[in-house]
Amino acid sequence: MKILAAMSGGVDSAVAAARAVDAGHEVVGVHLALSRMPGTLRTGSRGCCTIEDSRDAHRVAGLLGIPFYVWDFSERFKEDVVDDFIAEYSQGRTPNPCMRCNERIKFAALLDRALALGFDAVATGHYAEIRHDPAGSPELHRGVDMNKDQSYVLGVLTAEQLAHCYFPIGASASKADVRAEAEHRGFPVANKPDSYDICFIPDGDTKAWLADKIPMRPGLIKDTDGQVLGEHEGAMTYTIGQRKGLRIERPAVDGRPRYVVDVDARDNTVTVGPRRALSVDTLEGIRTSWCGAPPSDVGHDEAEAIDCEVQIRAHADPVPARMWLGEHIAEAPASEYSVPRARPAGRLMHVAVQEPLSGVAPGQTMVIYRGTRVLGQATIDRASSRTAA
Amino acid sequence: MRAYFDHAATSPMNPEVLAAYSSELQRVGNPSSLHAEGQAARMRMETAREDLARTIGAATPSEVVFTSGGTEADNLAVKGLWWARNADRSRPRLLVSTIEHSAVTDTAEWLQTQGAEVVWVPVDADGRLDLAAFGAALREDPERTALASVMSANNEIGTLQPIPEIVALAHSVGVPVHTDAVQALGQVPLDFAALGVDAMSLSAHKIGGPVGTGALVISRDLTPVPVLHGGGQERKIRSGTLDVAGAVAFARAAELACADLPEKAAVRAALRDRLIAGIESSVPDAVLSGPRGAGRLPGNVHFVFPGCEGDALLFGLDVAGFATSVGSACSAGVARPSHVLIACGRDEDTARSVQRFSLGPTTTAADVDALLAALPGIVDRARSAGMVSSTPAWMNGDT
Repeated sequence: MKILAAMSGGVDSAVAAARAVDAGHEVVGVHLALSRMPGTLRTGSRGCCTIEDSRDAHRVAGLLGIPFYVWDFSERFKEDVVDDFIAEYSQGRTPNPCMRCNERIKFAALLDRALALGFDAVATGHYAEIRHDPAGSPELHRGVDMNKDQSYVLGVLTAEQLAHCYFPIGASASKADVRAEAEHRGFPVANKPDSYDICFIPDGDTKAWLADKIPMRPGLIKDTDGQVLGEHEGAMTYTIGQRKGLRIERPAVDGRPRYVVDVDARDNTVTVGPRRALSVDTLEGIRTSWCGAPPSDVGHDEAEAIDCEVQIRAHADPVPARMWLGEHIAEAPASEYSVPRARPAGRLMHVAVQEPLSGVAPGQTMVIYRGTRVLGQATIDRASSRTAA
Repeated sequence: MRAYFDHAATSPMNPEVLAAYSSELQRVGNPSSLHAEGQAARMRMETAREDLARTIGAATPSEVVFTSGGTEADNLAVKGLWWARNADRSRPRLLVSTIEHSAVTDTAEWLQTQGAEVVWVPVDADGRLDLAAFGAALREDPERTALASVMSANNEIGTLQPIPEIVALAHSVGVPVHTDAVQALGQVPLDFAALGVDAMSLSAHKIGGPVGTGALVISRDLTPVPVLHGGGQERKIRSGTLDVAGAVAFARAAELACADLPEKAAVRAALRDRLIAGIESSVPDAVLSGPRGAGRLPGNVHFVFPGCEGDALLFGLDVAGFATSVGSACSAGVARPSHVLIACGRDEDTARSVQRFSLGPTTTAADVDALLAALPGIVDRARSAGMVSSTPAWMNGDT
């Protein structure tokens, strides 16, 4: 096959490209330039868009003897990932920009372009496995190393996208194995540190970065009874579940820590409460998509729900749940919802978890698993508690 | 089988030059040393200087200042002459065309941080300097103007500038002229004295010489402030141990490139026009950038291919065996919308949809025909990949 290996300059994508070459594919390395001004993202070695990273990727491609190009997706990245990140936060949501990048850039804009230019698939260094069901449809499964498993951030991929994805290192036993292999192959990136933070926020200080982009209006911090406890500088920089930096002088009546339990961008109000107020057991998702063939047995009300597991963060544990589908909504008026934003058209997804979850914020992605297989995902729009703990 | 269409980036070393270069590299002797080896090296260095001076029409060999290449020559001319002529802060103005190489534009932008008043002189749709605007900018404040810098030939779209007219306008109000002639050397006749410019930047590796060697030819009436301070070589204008091998190779390469120039240029221009005509007939919506005929470098072909990302086209051509260029790339290797096309009045999408084919001494009619046979299919494929700024089809689908 003709494979486009997306090479970030890190160790995982380097080994992925090498394995694609070893497997006998015709491989071309491509580094995505995601910033118009790499200098602004160059501080430290965080992130994935530095000149050094581009050179590292180029060097590895040279060692593999494959052609290498840098493609400019900075405009798309700004519109689809960075601007979206700001817009979501300004509406009191907590987005995951890496998923957005996978959904809109790596496995959309890049994959589309690769296919148009004659490639069969895009290879990346994600820890996840693609298997095929008896009918030959692709399925996405967790990577073998559960500590590195990245199937969560790939949950947005559709069957059409999966059909052209190639994850050569998903079956690796561990990251240590991948590093050892890079070392053995003589890659200069073998000991390069992992990137953890958001690549377009160079110093990792999301709050300060957002404060620079979103006009901040001071507002009130209230408790769940509506009593004013203090002031904040801008509601958007608070995240549900947050405990630190609340700037409340008065201690809680019960003397226990307080957490952000709601962020209302419209009222510019942050609500805090005890840990139990964070507990939710039902989730409602928008922008539902299926990762491969949709499950055939899922119904349209709770009685026809299927058993599954739901995971709400990249490194959270999956929890047992029941999932069913809601109505198919058209673009809904903004005023109906707690956040001033229309729901995009599509099928609603409902999830009831068996054990309450804590710290669920609108904008987060819930990925639905059955065992190791990713069934699909939706963006959490509402989270509530039926048991009212 | 590969065909090389990127001579404007660098051109293969002429075998005769390589022989002269490598034999020179085997000799010992610093031209500044006082012993016999040093004196012999000095002799070869000065012979190279005389040879190069003769080839490019310098009035005296001492007008040739060897540098590490075109970029250094541009820096030395623009910074050095601005520093020298504005030493008493009386001449902060610097006139620069909008389509200069980044070695001039970035230098001018940096000088702005040092107090320079840079006047960007516009060009027409073909990239030719707007002489009326240039004249007006000169006359606005000639006493406060340190220098005008206009390239002889544009590296991206091949436009030749009317240097004698530019010099006449500038000299009529007492302003010296620097020209970056890196692309012009070996392609069009260059005579430093006849052109009348005060400083001219040259590079060896575009004409079959080694990378790392260039020269600033500069009138004895002007003394730029050095960029490099040190041992005081090159009349204290450019310190650093003299590169005898580089100078010998450069002089030889220039001599070979400029021998029978009109005949060689005519042959190259015929190949150029064959490529232009072939592209225009097989890709009807492709638009030639820059002028046609005598106003264009004989080795330059540059097209806008509407709806194609330049780097997608480059990729398709590269895998098919053709080495081409999108013009400018940043240090990370990202293709950039060309500032030259923007200066010629094109929009940013157009400036991204370009491809340069630069021809040189090794280019054959067979190369051109092979390129013409492959290009239409590659353009179609790049076009189907679309512009990066447009939305992929499947993202508009329902879940």
